[in-house]
Amino acid sequence: MTAPQDPRSLAWTIGAAVVVVLYVILLLGVESQLEIAGLLAAGIAAVAVAARFGVVARLGRFLGERDALLNTLVVAGTLVVTAFFHGDAFVLLLMATVIIYFIACLGLNLQFGYSGVLNFAGAAFFGIGCYTSAVMTAHTAVPHLLILFAGGAMAAAIGSILILPVLRTYSHYSAVITIAFGLLFKIFLEVNDALGGPQGLRVKGMNVLGWKFNSNIDIGGIEVSFYVNYIVLGLVLLALAFTFVRRVERSWIGLNLDAVRLDETAAACFGLNITRWKITAFTLGNFLIGLAGALFAMMLGFIAPTNFTFGDSLILVSIVLLGGIGNPWGLVVATAILIVVPEKLQAIQEYRFLLFAAMVILILLFRPEGLLPRSLRAYFPGWRTK
Amino acid sequence: MDVGLLGQYIMNGLMLGMMYALVAVGFTLFFGVMDIINFAHGDVLTVGAFAALATILGLAGIGVDSPWIQLAGATLVAVTTMAALGAVIARTLVLPLKGAPPLNTLLITLMLGTALHEGVRLFYPQGANPQRFPSLLPTDAYSFGHFTLRIDSLLVLTTGLLLIVGIHLLINRTKLGLAIRAVAQDEDTAKTMGINYTLIVLATFAIGSGLAAFAGVLHGLYYSEVNFAMGLLLGVIGFSAAIVGGLGNIYGAILGGFLFSALQTIGVLAMPFASAYKDVFAFAVVILIMAWRPTGLISEKISQRV
Repeated sequence: MTAPQDPRSLAWTIGAAVVVVLYVILLLGVESQLEIAGLLAAGIAAVAVAARFGVVARLGRFLGERDALLNTLVVAGTLVVTAFFHGDAFVLLLMATVIIYFIACLGLNLQFGYSGVLNFAGAAFFGIGCYTSAVMTAHTAVPHLLILFAGGAMAAAIGSILILPVLRTYSHYSAVITIAFGLLFKIFLEVNDALGGPQGLRVKGMNVLGWKFNSNIDIGGIEVSFYVNYIVLGLVLLALAFTFVRRVERSWIGLNLDAVRLDETAAACFGLNITRWKITAFTLGNFLIGLAGALFAMMLGFIAPTNFTFGDSLILVSIVLLGGIGNPWGLVVATAILIVVPEKLQAIQEYRFLLFAAMVILILLFRPEGLLPRSLRAYFPGWRTK
Repeated sequence: MDVGLLGQYIMNGLMLGMMYALVAVGFTLFFGVMDIINFAHGDVLTVGAFAALATILGLAGIGVDSPWIQLAGATLVAVTTMAALGAVIARTLVLPLKGAPPLNTLLITLMLGTALHEGVRLFYPQGANPQRFPSLLPTDAYSFGHFTLRIDSLLVLTTGLLLIVGIHLLINRTKLGLAIRAVAQDEDTAKTMGINYTLIVLATFAIGSGLAAFAGVLHGLYYSEVNFAMGLLLGVIGFSAAIVGGLGNIYGAILGGFLFSALQTIGVLAMPFASAYKDVFAFAVVILIMAWRPTGLISEKISQRV
């Protein structure tokens, strides 16, 4: 796809990217609660002003036609921030967490953003990935990179038990099935001694061909925190997952998924196999969530049932909703906000569930399409919606 | 199995079933008038139980020592405040989203539930820990072999039964009940007949939430303990009970409540070695029942319109 050349917009875009990177570095770097609160307020104000003068809309339109540029900018920006904080374990852990949650939310987005299959057990499937990687690193000699995919496969396999009940029911009813499964999963982990019970399990770090991910790296005398390993690996997986989700969205598969979500009856009348598409979306989504979980467990080194409560599932749902259902780019912003803000602003850490809940209620009442609403599908290259 | 022990299990099952039935009736009422599921219902129950607890402690604080007055005051406060809360929820969150996709209503009530129980956890003194609920009922007991009939259980059971009979009379014998049934049957026709739709929805939410508050007080009396997270489990169980009985059908909901407690009791009896798994068992059964009969054992009155 060749978009019209527009050097001024390009300069503006790169300028905006630099500003965003500087802002992120500043936000992650400062420690004082007051400064963080001030920075957040300044950020919101800046976005509001930019939106008022149409800058955001123009940038969005410009970048919407140039996916490759946007992708490059995001990856480059992440690497710049990582390089800046190369020794700061806490900040790097936060960044890696955002990346991993992003992968999980991409999976959730496939499920209810595209095909409209509800899943309120996101944390449970994430947990399945975590526990798979814990058990497999401890008891088998399977290469660790494969274990990541095994985590995803396990989540997809266990999710397939739920396929029949989820397919046979609709809206509220299928929501309850996934909620019941989420609760069941956590209770099961707590009472099951083989998987560590309430105390949880230790997980070995990632080890690829002798390259140990959980030891710090020393490059030319500069100590680099081991979390950089996970950020790089996470970015690679994220790039794969993101490309995959975008390709699915743009292909005829995505078109079918959209049709199934918007009107099941009409889609069935046009000969679409509803069952097949729902199963596809549900399984692929669970695979991505499980994959993210497996990597997360290796990075943390320790997992327990309390990481996988119903509240955590609701946070994943909130991210998808806040970002704008069906828009993968919205997820970046939403994940960053929901993960980073409570960690940095320790004052609200305790109140985060309450605040997120209130935020989602407000969004549903006043802006149900999310922060960055999904734009209309571009059917032809260069096709513009007025 | 010993007859006395069996009696004990049946008695406990009845108590649990009563609680579930009261919660399930709320779900079914809401679904009847609005075709929505209020996932905050279980957390309304939690807030109701804490309101009752606070009232009891408050009354004890100002020197009212009679347990009967304490209990009556607590129940009154809990039921009225939760009825008001229910009406507010309907007015501010449920009615504005009437035309929106079902996902939005679902999410908004789920998030409201989270906000409610998080509110209890954060703002009730020591709310993160389980709170002792004083046992206000007489604790005399009569033993028949292994079976101990406790007066407090009997009282709770009788009150619950009276309440269910009361709901039955309210729905079937009063003008309000007639209006609720009319709205549930056909909203538009009910409106043209001069029924104030908004008022009926608010009244229904008030009644349902009041019942949940009552169930919360029962829960406190029965377990002598309340905690901020209890509503989630009770909500899911109550909802499952309502579904099993067929949403929109009040008697089905009551039946579903008792059926669910029977399942749990049978689960404990059949697998005494795995009693830790009783909730796992109960939820697995819920998933299976819903896979088998997607809209409940007694089907919904109108199946999905095409």
